[in-house]
Amino acid sequence: MAFQLLRRALTSRPDQIISSPSAFSAVRAFSSAPITATLFPGDGIGPEIAEAVKQIFREAEVPIEWEEHYVGTEVDPRTQSFLTWESLESVRRNRVGLKGPMATPIGKGHRSLNLTLRKELNLYANVRPCYSLPGYKTLYDDVNLITIRENTEGEYSGLEHQVVRGVVESLKIITRQASLRVAEYAFHYAKAHGRERVSAIHKANIMQKTDGLFLKCCREVAEKYPEITYEEVVIDNCCMMLVKNPALFDVLVMPNLYGDIISDLCAGLIGGLGLTPSCNIGEGGIALAEAVHGSAPDIAGKNLANPTALLLSGVSMLRHLELHDKADRIQNAVLDTIAEGKYRTADLGGKSTTSDFTKAICDHL
Amino acid sequence: MAKRSVPLLKQLLSSSAAVSSSCSSRFTSHRSVTYMPRPGDGSPRAVTLIPGDGIGPLVTGAVEQVMEAMHAPVYFERYDVHGDMPKVPQEVIDSIKKNKVCLKGGLATPMGGGVSSLNVQLRKQLDLYASLVNCFNLPGLPTRHENVDIVVIRENTEGEYAGLEHEVVPGVVESLKVITKFCSERIAKYAFEYAYLNNRRKVTAVHKANIMKLADGLFLESCREVATKYPGIKYNEIIVDNCCMQLVSKPEQFDVMVTPNLYGNLVANTAAGIAGGTGVMPGGNVGADHAVFEQGASAGNVGNEKVTEQKKANPVALLLSSAMMLRHLQFPSFADRLETAVKHVIFEGKHRTKDLGGNSTTQEVVDAVIATLD
Repeated sequence: MAFQLLRRALTSRPDQIISSPSAFSAVRAFSSAPITATLFPGDGIGPEIAEAVKQIFREAEVPIEWEEHYVGTEVDPRTQSFLTWESLESVRRNRVGLKGPMATPIGKGHRSLNLTLRKELNLYANVRPCYSLPGYKTLYDDVNLITIRENTEGEYSGLEHQVVRGVVESLKIITRQASLRVAEYAFHYAKAHGRERVSAIHKANIMQKTDGLFLKCCREVAEKYPEITYEEVVIDNCCMMLVKNPALFDVLVMPNLYGDIISDLCAGLIGGLGLTPSCNIGEGGIALAEAVHGSAPDIAGKNLANPTALLLSGVSMLRHLELHDKADRIQNAVLDTIAEGKYRTADLGGKSTTSDFTKAICDHL
Repeated sequence: MAKRSVPLLKQLLSSSAAVSSSCSSRFTSHRSVTYMPRPGDGSPRAVTLIPGDGIGPLVTGAVEQVMEAMHAPVYFERYDVHGDMPKVPQEVIDSIKKNKVCLKGGLATPMGGGVSSLNVQLRKQLDLYASLVNCFNLPGLPTRHENVDIVVIRENTEGEYAGLEHEVVPGVVESLKVITKFCSERIAKYAFEYAYLNNRRKVTAVHKANIMKLADGLFLESCREVATKYPGIKYNEIIVDNCCMQLVSKPEQFDVMVTPNLYGNLVANTAAGIAGGTGVMPGGNVGADHAVFEQGASAGNVGNEKVTEQKKANPVALLLSSAMMLRHLQFPSFADRLETAVKHVIFEGKHRTKDLGGNSTTQEVVDAVIATLD
């Protein structure tokens, strides 16, 4: 255990995406028996990129057995959405999962699929590491930050109603418990990965009580970690600073809505959602890694999709399972393939198909 | 404002590109159509001036100096308002109601608890329902993104800034976000009218209706209705997180954006950041009866003490906003002269404040602008 921690502390930053200290998860005993993980291929391009991930994991001899679950075609009354109770039970049992993109319809009556997962599995933190990929040039070269977003409450509570015709109210809820939880995770993550600064993003000058409570909780947790610098930044300043000089930020922790916007903004800085890994952390050490891009129905089934996001998310899942050498191998293979530039999918400016890209990564392993 | 002068500048630049002429001749303001005023329009107009906190007094002082140098037909009635006052004094409100136009530096908003922002209070009391920020690339100022010319029109009175918060039980706080059809409709109308009057081609509505279905759904419905009345203007919708992502990678696809309150704040600041920073973007708030001009984005950001002490605040944003104010008051040629002078100073690059990468003080920039005025 100590050796693992030492190794983790000495390895360079981009290799560490998710940590799993004993405080936050049950220690997974080392075993050569395959680990079962839930896989949600999702909609649109989901099945193709899930296939690519499975192929690469097979090539790399990763000891994972996938339990696949699909989104249903009708609303399951037990979960109020298209996801069945069995799928959710599977994730709870396996403690680890990988999710492809799922379509969220605009304006319909039922609960969004992603929100359902979050609520049912109590996934309280969404962690998105954003670092400039060597070899893929964007307008920003020096991005190296992590956004940690509170994932259960805030503006996305889904509590809206029409007061009278033409007047709608939507509730934003902030609780002490949820804010403390995500602040704890943020500081713990910063400490485990050797990060020096945690910034809390808020709009407490306007929303005094709600964001004020969030800030209070962050300050309380900050006192327990005196070695980590803590600062508070108003969200409009944060947006401006991010687009002018992203190197100013290290770890960002924020409530739900701001987190959504800022994490997508950071994804845009490094090249888009097609390249960004993401992981959702739940109570009891559940980790559900996911590809955050959309389901791209227009290129579904045409072998054109970019599997990088799902692959890097799979890598973060492997790190959570403490299979660090496999994770490193696959991550390096992906980064090398992109850096080489010979095989790139259409969204990165190349002309390869998904299968060619996958094969190139397998060759790099 | 930028739309009119950019083609003018391009024309002037291309015509003099072959000849290596001196900078000053490229930037003389040149209005080919004469503006015919009504008799008596030249009599000086009163404008309420609120210096504000932090860098506010510095930058409003800059505007006063430049206005005097131009002999512009405006005179300022100055009122002292500070961010820690409980509310805006009644005499200030009365003055703005009388003059109809106000120029304001930033008012600092205290954090966390107690007094609500005076900037927001002022907007609500005067019902300044539209906030406008014009974000565009200034020639000569290098930024990562080219071809940026975005106007963000943001609903200013309701949405997340309704200020209705309460503690349900200890440790659980609720905040209400209110969206009404009335406000959404009038902001959509303003946005399309602005696009029409300023020869803009596209209006984009920014929302999060996939998650906040009723609230942002209502906003979108209003926008769609108004869009049908302007068939010559293209209308599309974009989700706010995708919007921010597109802004940092491909900002040239946006033209006019209309948003509810909170998203507008974020989008305006992001757009200002990519085009050069909040120190240079002009903007203002307008309602049916009154208009308040201020620094485009981030009005609550009054800088830190270091900048104020060293007097290195950037006056460009407020100078360009005052040019917008001059046009609002129907003094277009003064506005043109001011804008051309400011843009020339930026282009030359000799007098730039710290946020633009230079080392000048506010006064040096103002002197340069006054010297460049023709």
